[in-house]
Amino acid sequence: MTPKTVRRVNWIGGITTVLTVVIAVLWAFPLYWGIVSSLKPENEVVRPFIELWPDTLTFRHYWFALTETQIGAWYLNSIVTSLGVTVVTVTTSLFAGYALSQLRFPGRTILWWLILASFMVPTQVLIINHFVLMADMGLLNSWAGIILPQLIHPVIIIVYKQFFDQVPKDFREAAAMDNASEWNVLFRIYIPMNWGVTTALSIVTFIWAWNAFLWPFLAVTKTEMMTITVGITQVFDAFGVYYARQLSAAVLAGFPVALAYLLFQRKVTQAITLSAGIKG
Amino acid sequence: MLRNTKKEWLIAYILVAPFVAIYGLIFVYPTVDMFILSFQDAPLIGTGDFVGTENYERLPRDRRFNTAFWNTAYFVALTVIPGTLVALAISLGVTRLSGRLQSLVLALFFLPYILPVSVVFRIWDWTMNFQFGIAMHLLDALGLERVPVFQTSTFFMPAVAFVTIWWTCGFSVLLFLAGLRAIPQEIYEAASLDNTSRWRTFRHLTWPLLWPITALVLTIQLILQLKIFDQVYLFSQGGRPNDNLVMVYYIFQRAFVNNQGGRAAAIAVVLFIMVIIIAALNFQLMRLSERNK
Repeated sequence: MTPKTVRRVNWIGGITTVLTVVIAVLWAFPLYWGIVSSLKPENEVVRPFIELWPDTLTFRHYWFALTETQIGAWYLNSIVTSLGVTVVTVTTSLFAGYALSQLRFPGRTILWWLILASFMVPTQVLIINHFVLMADMGLLNSWAGIILPQLIHPVIIIVYKQFFDQVPKDFREAAAMDNASEWNVLFRIYIPMNWGVTTALSIVTFIWAWNAFLWPFLAVTKTEMMTITVGITQVFDAFGVYYARQLSAAVLAGFPVALAYLLFQRKVTQAITLSAGIKG
Repeated sequence: MLRNTKKEWLIAYILVAPFVAIYGLIFVYPTVDMFILSFQDAPLIGTGDFVGTENYERLPRDRRFNTAFWNTAYFVALTVIPGTLVALAISLGVTRLSGRLQSLVLALFFLPYILPVSVVFRIWDWTMNFQFGIAMHLLDALGLERVPVFQTSTFFMPAVAFVTIWWTCGFSVLLFLAGLRAIPQEIYEAASLDNTSRWRTFRHLTWPLLWPITALVLTIQLILQLKIFDQVYLFSQGGRPNDNLVMVYYIFQRAFVNNQGGRAAAIAVVLFIMVIIIAALNFQLMRLSERNK
């Protein structure tokens, strides 16, 4: 390699790096702008120029959202339903994934094909029938009614099966020598060996459930039963045409998932790539 | 090792039972019910008479159905390939970085994906606000006329597509990054020894090696965007919902606004079949291209 090419390469490389960083900052700028606007008094928010930091920093809008609206109840609804979806989805998928991976039983192949097929089916088309079903069961406007139709995540079973398939057979055989029961094998070997996957999958399932819009939006008509994702866009009189108030409510709604991502960045990215069928 | 077959079956059934029960109740039953409902003139709640294929025969002449169908196609065209290309470009930039800078930059690109749609809606509704949005300052600065973006039918879909790409791009970026990491570094070293130009390296090495991931991202995006509802619905509030209809939005309108469960179910079946056909075709195409290698 001649010195000339080295310089050329570094030059282009340097520009690309700087450009990437600049675009990344611009990319996230609307998020910053939303947050900073929610910290300005209403009269500053509507000023016709871009002020990157408020003249008067105020938490008034947050105080308003937390005390004058039903955001507290929405938070509770979101937490309960998202946890419900996560716990039920992850445990049922774990058990089913284990059975599909490690045990032989009649109907196994059919079940596996059904799961693979449902991977493609859009659950959005089922909204009418989910609504009718939940109405028949008397579950509209309830936590159970919000949770139930969100429990189809075939991808989680698929990921679990792949992971259980990779556990070396030696463990199983050694356990069989010791006369360990199937339950012992599952709870003492397979689950502990895959804690990492379980946490990663739980975190993303929680985020998905927290962010769900369409079904919680249909399942709930009473404002006090709404999840926060639905509530902040559906209850107009609660915030009025006050941009800063609306934005503060949006920041409150996004905060838990953003925090979860920032705390568990690696786990989240791992789970996302896994959910697309790529080994992270 | 002698297997106790009966016992193994029993344990297996106990393990899969909770999943199968939920799956049957929430997935299999509603799917069957959707097909049955689509042949009835039923309201949303309550029973109706069997009307044969009437609900389907109405669709080709239904103005709103046509709007919904073509808008969905338009939206797919606006998001799938452009979104994939944007994600590819971003990941090529991010993959050059290393250490803390890389995770910081990646986090900036990825953060929008993690947020609920209503937060994304609030932020962009504010950014593109006709009176006070900073996007309008930008238009002013460029000497262009301000546009009430989400109230016009011309700009609505492109703007929602733009917001959608901004929102969901991080997901595809992650997949591309995983793909780029899987390419052995030695290949690039060999190429740089041969003094191959950047573009040729990309064209003849990175692009073909990355193609399986690109195909995967395109497939996921395609199926995802066919099912679009949330953003279109939210940005349509106070705008022109009837011009902005997409398939799922129309199902929602027929069922929950017009109280026509049967007719809504027919639209749902059409979308259902569309997605299945496209997914199956895609799968076949990917298999064929694998075989040709």
